[in-house]
Amino acid sequence: MSALLRVSGLVATYPAPGGWLGRRRVSAVSGVDLAVDRARTRGLVGESGSGKSTLARCVLGLHRPDDGSVMFDGTEIVGLRGRGLREIRRRVQPVFQDPWGSLDPRWTVGRSVRESLDAFGIGLPHDRDRRVIELLDLVGLAGGYADRYPNQLSGGQRQRVGIAAALASDPELIVADEPVSALDVSVQAQILNLIGRLQRDLGVAVLFVSHDLGVVEHVSHDVSVMYLGGIVESAPVNRLFADPVHPYTRALLAAIPVPDPQARPAHAPLSGDLPSPLDPPLGCRFHPRCPLRVDACEHDRPALLPVPDTTPEHHAACPVVLAERRYPTTAPN
Amino acid sequence: MSGPALRLDRLAVRIPIGAGRFVHAVDQVSLTVPAGQVVGLVGESGCGKSTLAAAVLGLLPPGSEITGRVLLRDRDLRGLPEAEYRRLRGNDIALITQDPAASLDPTFPVGHQVAEAIRNHQPIGRRAARQRAVELLRTVGIPAAEQRYADPPHRFSGGMKQRALIAAALANEPAVLLADEPTTALDVTIQAQILFLIRDLAARIGAAVLLITHNLGVVAQICDRVAVMYAGQVVEQGTARAVFAEPRHPYTRALLDAQPVGHDRHGDLPVIPGRVPDLSAPPTGCRFAARCGSVHERCATAPPTVALPGGGEVACWLHADRSTVGP
Repeated sequence: MSALLRVSGLVATYPAPGGWLGRRRVSAVSGVDLAVDRARTRGLVGESGSGKSTLARCVLGLHRPDDGSVMFDGTEIVGLRGRGLREIRRRVQPVFQDPWGSLDPRWTVGRSVRESLDAFGIGLPHDRDRRVIELLDLVGLAGGYADRYPNQLSGGQRQRVGIAAALASDPELIVADEPVSALDVSVQAQILNLIGRLQRDLGVAVLFVSHDLGVVEHVSHDVSVMYLGGIVESAPVNRLFADPVHPYTRALLAAIPVPDPQARPAHAPLSGDLPSPLDPPLGCRFHPRCPLRVDACEHDRPALLPVPDTTPEHHAACPVVLAERRYPTTAPN
Repeated sequence: MSGPALRLDRLAVRIPIGAGRFVHAVDQVSLTVPAGQVVGLVGESGCGKSTLAAAVLGLLPPGSEITGRVLLRDRDLRGLPEAEYRRLRGNDIALITQDPAASLDPTFPVGHQVAEAIRNHQPIGRRAARQRAVELLRTVGIPAAEQRYADPPHRFSGGMKQRALIAAALANEPAVLLADEPTTALDVTIQAQILFLIRDLAARIGAAVLLITHNLGVVAQICDRVAVMYAGQVVEQGTARAVFAEPRHPYTRALLDAQPVGHDRHGDLPVIPGRVPDLSAPPTGCRFAARCGSVHERCATAPPTVALPGGGEVACWLHADRSTVGP
């Protein structure tokens, strides 16, 4: 399958808060490869500070990477400006965690959605008000919502407006950064259903960024797991959950609080604290917390390599586990 | 010790919103938190769970009306003078919040703040307080506690700040610990560590923990009992095991069912239609009726609270043929 979006060797930094003359930079993304196929959803999961939002901002053209490439449908986004960048922004649309941030409180919902149509010159001006109603209808806000203001809506309704605005330019890729994290469980289910339905019906590709593995499992076809600036594992969703390879992925799966007291673990699956992105560990960035680490992990940065005996799309960045799978040394117990 | 550490008896709280109007934020809530146990109070935003915590802490907005009883080891805290309440807070009742950064003074070393928490309530010297604070920081799993003692909060990660706050909260071995969304701002692997820490430390000092959260997974992981709140009322309570294995109230069922875990990937998740009722004019009957799939004519009348085998309770007409606890 052809990738609609292909990120290769991406490196992104930003100035450290309070850094001296801005010289010190936080390395948020350090050498990331990631692809999103047409009409599929790629989940990008990681804890805060993993760099997943910076990666999303690079894809949206909102953050200029230091190195690497972001190819969208054969076009390099990095360094793009003017008309070219505008065209990419039409085809790649964001949905953010907090729709407050993207909706002007003084504008009616209809005006916010129409703004997207106007900005990209979509349709004839006199058709646009009708299109606004169609878009609001599409996200489940039929009848009368166009005249309301954001403060008259619930959090879930505001997120629907954010999605309608994103759909206005008929994008091929939606980059959704924690789109349901601020919502209650019952509302979260509605928004997940909406995103899933739009993805299927409109054939749009989605990069779904979230810290919530349960949510990512539900919506994604493919999943990449990020830890401190790097992808540690990437696989089709069924492989990742049936056969997680990287020790961090395994710990993350074990740490999901399952709503079943019978499945209660006796202790936390992973000890240790998340290292500061200002001063990341050398070698494998997970090694200080890793139960499987060997000496080499402290200085060699592991590459994302194909996992033996599974689908070709399954990759992991852990030489210890990969070697073990290639040449099993102990009998499985 | 006589009686449970914390008992709420038909607690109701009305908060003024101006023009003589009130929000009925908490209504007829009866709840018991025994020493050494973790009771989860679960519900969505606006269900009244944080107002309930404020009522226990004596921190309701001025002009709030409170009826029923808040019993700390059988002593009614309602109407307690502020000076006495201040002695209780941080001593007999401690609080851990969602945002540890907001609870720590950014300009003072973390260790000092833990030591202050001790000295505010115990007649001990600076040196002894420092020693005790270092011990506490060590107990909550802060590495190199002696060296970290003098570090300001910004040198601590989110998880470490929350550990420090837990140290401060437990410094005076409180009878009751209120944990209001204590892990919501934390990552899952850190969340698991903090939850186990709260459970283990509370068990060690025999504190009763009321864990307030919207996250059913968190409740399932560490709670002995759980109470489900909807629109200001407890609609169901029981052992965590019973409530999760066999939820009785339609709202509890819908809430559990709306979680992505356990559903077919990419399929539609069951949703709860409609919205939470306006609590400045709550419906007279069952408050969930307008959104309930099992709604019936009798739901126009407030449902009775029904006792379940195994010590649970549910407020729903569906179970009204069982013995009734109260209206």
